[in-house]
Amino acid sequence: MSERTINREGQLRRALAALRRDPLALTGSLVLAVLVVVGVGGSWLAPSGINEVNVDQMLQPPSWAHPFGTDELGRDVLSRVMVAARVSLQVGLVSVGIALVVGVTLGLFAGYYRGWLDNVLMRCMDVLFAFPVLLLAVAIVAVLGPGLSTAMVAIGVVYTPIFARVTRAGVLSVREQVFVRAAVSVGASDLRIMRRHVLPNIAAPLIVQTSLSLAFAILSEAALSFLGLGVQPPDPAWGRMLFDGRGFVTDAWWLGFFPGAAIFLTVLAFNLVGDALRDVLDPRQLTVSEARRSTA
Amino acid sequence: MSERQRADLGTAVPADGTAHGGVPKQREPGEVVAELDDLAVWFPTPAGLVRAVDGVSLRVRRGETLGLVGESGSGKSTTGLALLRLVDPTSGTVRVGGEDVTRWSRRRLRALRRRVAMVFQDPQASLDPRLTIGASIAEPLIVHRLTDGGAARRRRVGELLDMVGLRGELADRHPHELSGGQRQRVGIARALAGEPDLIVLDEPIASLDLSVQAQIMNLLRRLQRDLGLTYLFIAHDLAAVEHMSDRMAVMYLGRIVESGTPAQIWRDPAHPYTAALLSAVPVADPQVERERRRIILSGDIPSPVDPPGGCRFRTRCPQARPECAETDPVLAEVDPDHRAACLFAKEAVRAMRST
Amino acid sequence: MKPVLAVEDLTVTIGTRRGPAHAVAGVDWAVRPGETLALVGESGSGKSMSVLAATGLAPRTARVAGRVHLLGTELTGLGEDRRRQLRGRHIGFVFQDPMTSLNPVLTVGRQVTEAAEEHLGLTRRAARSRAVELLELVGIPSAGQRVDAYPHQFSGGMRQRVVIAMALACEPDLLIADEPTTALDVTTQAQIVELVADLQRRLGTAVVWITHDLGVVAGIADTVAVMYAGRILEQGPVDAVFATPSHPYTGALLAARPDPAAGGAELVTIAGAPPSPLDLPAGCAFWPRCPVRGDARCEHELPPLVPVSAGHQVRTFYPQPSDGERQ
Repeated sequence: MSERTINREGQLRRALAALRRDPLALTGSLVLAVLVVVGVGGSWLAPSGINEVNVDQMLQPPSWAHPFGTDELGRDVLSRVMVAARVSLQVGLVSVGIALVVGVTLGLFAGYYRGWLDNVLMRCMDVLFAFPVLLLAVAIVAVLGPGLSTAMVAIGVVYTPIFARVTRAGVLSVREQVFVRAAVSVGASDLRIMRRHVLPNIAAPLIVQTSLSLAFAILSEAALSFLGLGVQPPDPAWGRMLFDGRGFVTDAWWLGFFPGAAIFLTVLAFNLVGDALRDVLDPRQLTVSEARRSTA
Repeated sequence: MSERQRADLGTAVPADGTAHGGVPKQREPGEVVAELDDLAVWFPTPAGLVRAVDGVSLRVRRGETLGLVGESGSGKSTTGLALLRLVDPTSGTVRVGGEDVTRWSRRRLRALRRRVAMVFQDPQASLDPRLTIGASIAEPLIVHRLTDGGAARRRRVGELLDMVGLRGELADRHPHELSGGQRQRVGIARALAGEPDLIVLDEPIASLDLSVQAQIMNLLRRLQRDLGLTYLFIAHDLAAVEHMSDRMAVMYLGRIVESGTPAQIWRDPAHPYTAALLSAVPVADPQVERERRRIILSGDIPSPVDPPGGCRFRTRCPQARPECAETDPVLAEVDPDHRAACLFAKEAVRAMRST
Repeated sequence: MKPVLAVEDLTVTIGTRRGPAHAVAGVDWAVRPGETLALVGESGSGKSMSVLAATGLAPRTARVAGRVHLLGTELTGLGEDRRRQLRGRHIGFVFQDPMTSLNPVLTVGRQVTEAAEEHLGLTRRAARSRAVELLELVGIPSAGQRVDAYPHQFSGGMRQRVVIAMALACEPDLLIADEPTTALDVTTQAQIVELVADLQRRLGTAVVWITHDLGVVAGIADTVAVMYAGRILEQGPVDAVFATPSHPYTGALLAARPDPAAGGAELVTIAGAPPSPLDLPAGCAFWPRCPVRGDARCEHELPPLVPVSAGHQVRTFYPQPSDGERQ
């Protein structure tokens, strides 16, 4: 539908214009842009190979040759941080993608049909929600075995309830709108109403929730890798590098500092952009805390 | 439409269902498009069962406007929703085009909603803010596969916009770019898209400015004349219902209390509630306002959870008598085609007006 | 008699993202003790905004200019505290939606006398008996018990009575009623109109009644001002304005209502829509929609308010019916 694209573009343009005006959001977007470039082109851009062991060069402090220093095997930390960006992005996108698709679908049906379906689905979500995030992820990985893909599935499962709740809260208010009744009155099917009227009208809180969740997912991946349950060595991951660097805090601070800074900046950037999007798209929209309250 | 044409179309007879089972008198009876028979719609609420509609029978005939007037809580809107089966009847039957649709499945109801369309009170709220005007009007066309392909659909949307007096280029605009009156025209265009047998107009002018109300009423009448449309016109505004309708019915607390032609009801109301309603309508003439004696009803409309026994209006009726608490009056003919549900129809009104 | 509230050359400009909106573009009116002034107009005509601005209740983004006298005191230039004090003591307000005017978690008794406690220094006990008195005054049955009830336990009409009681608590000199019956049913509207008229007779309060309903105006007003696009187009004694509407807009508004006596004739409509307050025309704001549609002067020059009879003024170059036809 051409009409729809015009509308979306209009909203996108408005969002971009507002982001440009907000210096914090602009900074966040720039950091994200750099992250994407590094994530996509990391292996080509990296000055040296990630597994080039060079025992002569082990534990070198930052220098011109190795701006982030080298680790205990003499590997270039900068290169490893850059390549690890891909893993972080990948985990973030895939796991949030899983959470988004599953959570939105569940929330949509629960909120639209209410009744027993709503009760069953949302009580399941409550159970998932009741576990501490990391504990749940650890449990899932423990069942499925460690590795990148299980980490992504685990994180996806962990964040599904949030999306289900944000969606359901939005659906509950939109389905009471007269225009939804008007769509029913012209004979539109339930699926059509959900797709065409309900989803577009709750897109704003979902977009915001997505950007915030990306930050948390990357943090969770770092935590899982830190615990040795995510990416397996010798592949680099920020969390794993942080873990490996913990024995060298006093002798070689750069081993932990740079991966830690990368995590910090990425999470901060996603949060800044998420907050700005919230203000731009809809000042009254729901996020996790409100969604949590409205499921009562 | 001229006075003469209106009289020719004056055939909507709300069926009384119970006491007077005989064939109602009609001049030139048109085909019955939709019919409610002893309809009840009850909603469960925390406060108890709300009897929004509690025994309403009416018929709408092709080409006419049946007006439904009442205050909030009278059940007039719920009655309209029942014709599209947007609410589930508790008892009674809903017939559209001779078919009993009371127990139709969700799937079959979608097809019913092509034959009965609806225009809502608040044109702003009834249009999806994210869709263009064109997309909103096209929805019935897409849902019921009435046009082949985008080009035909766009042409039809253009036609519909033209019918309601809007320029074609408005199809690409969004609701917030239009005025209230324009938005209501869009709502009407959407209702026309499926070429329905009946259009339920639920307070279509209530949220519009005075000058725009007149525009919309003229438009609705012109469309009816040109396309042979059938309307159920629901409003709280007596003067508007009188102006728009061929036949009208007055509702109070889930029941029809009086029905007849607008002229009969305006000049010679038979039910005390109708008389009170008429006397409460302000007239834009200071002289008349100063001299008229109002029948001021005491109190408020009782709760539809627990309506009074006997006559439902007796708790506020200035002419209530002991008998009114015992007998639940049925709609009975007081003049040809003029019915009232009052044990003392006409007599009570005369008494009210002379005291 | 000196006016209770008088407004001279009042303008209200509201800053918006798309530039200044001229909500009120120069308005004069006055209301005297015991008198009812009706401000009538369609949405966006500035009828509410002129009153809110005059009483210091305009939104923060609004720039208000002009002179406002309350009981002889010039309000413009007074500090916000002093203004609030005068407003609380001398003016009572009744707004359209009684539900939003009332606090859902306080009993109606507490709310009715809240202002009186502040402005008249009533004790809690005195306040309670005053609340019962006020609720009785506005016709709430068994006020002695109802005083402890909460707003949601009242019907719409009864809530509006509570709001009126609240407005009368400080025995105001002026009651401002902003579309007080628009959200109510006709039979309830009739009750409220009757109540206000009765209270006015008994208490001698001046009333400014803002409405879009010409029928209500005919029933309650002594004088009427018809507003359009931020200006008064016609004002005068209610009989004169309704009997000989002299502005084409007033005439068209009166003709737009369906008249049961007229049968099913086509209704008179006003084509088009009012101008945007962001872009008011230089001349007569009604000119583009005017059925008389005078000449180039109407388009480019703002017509002044000119008298057509005693106290009856109209802002047009072509008063209707034209002077020759007038008896």
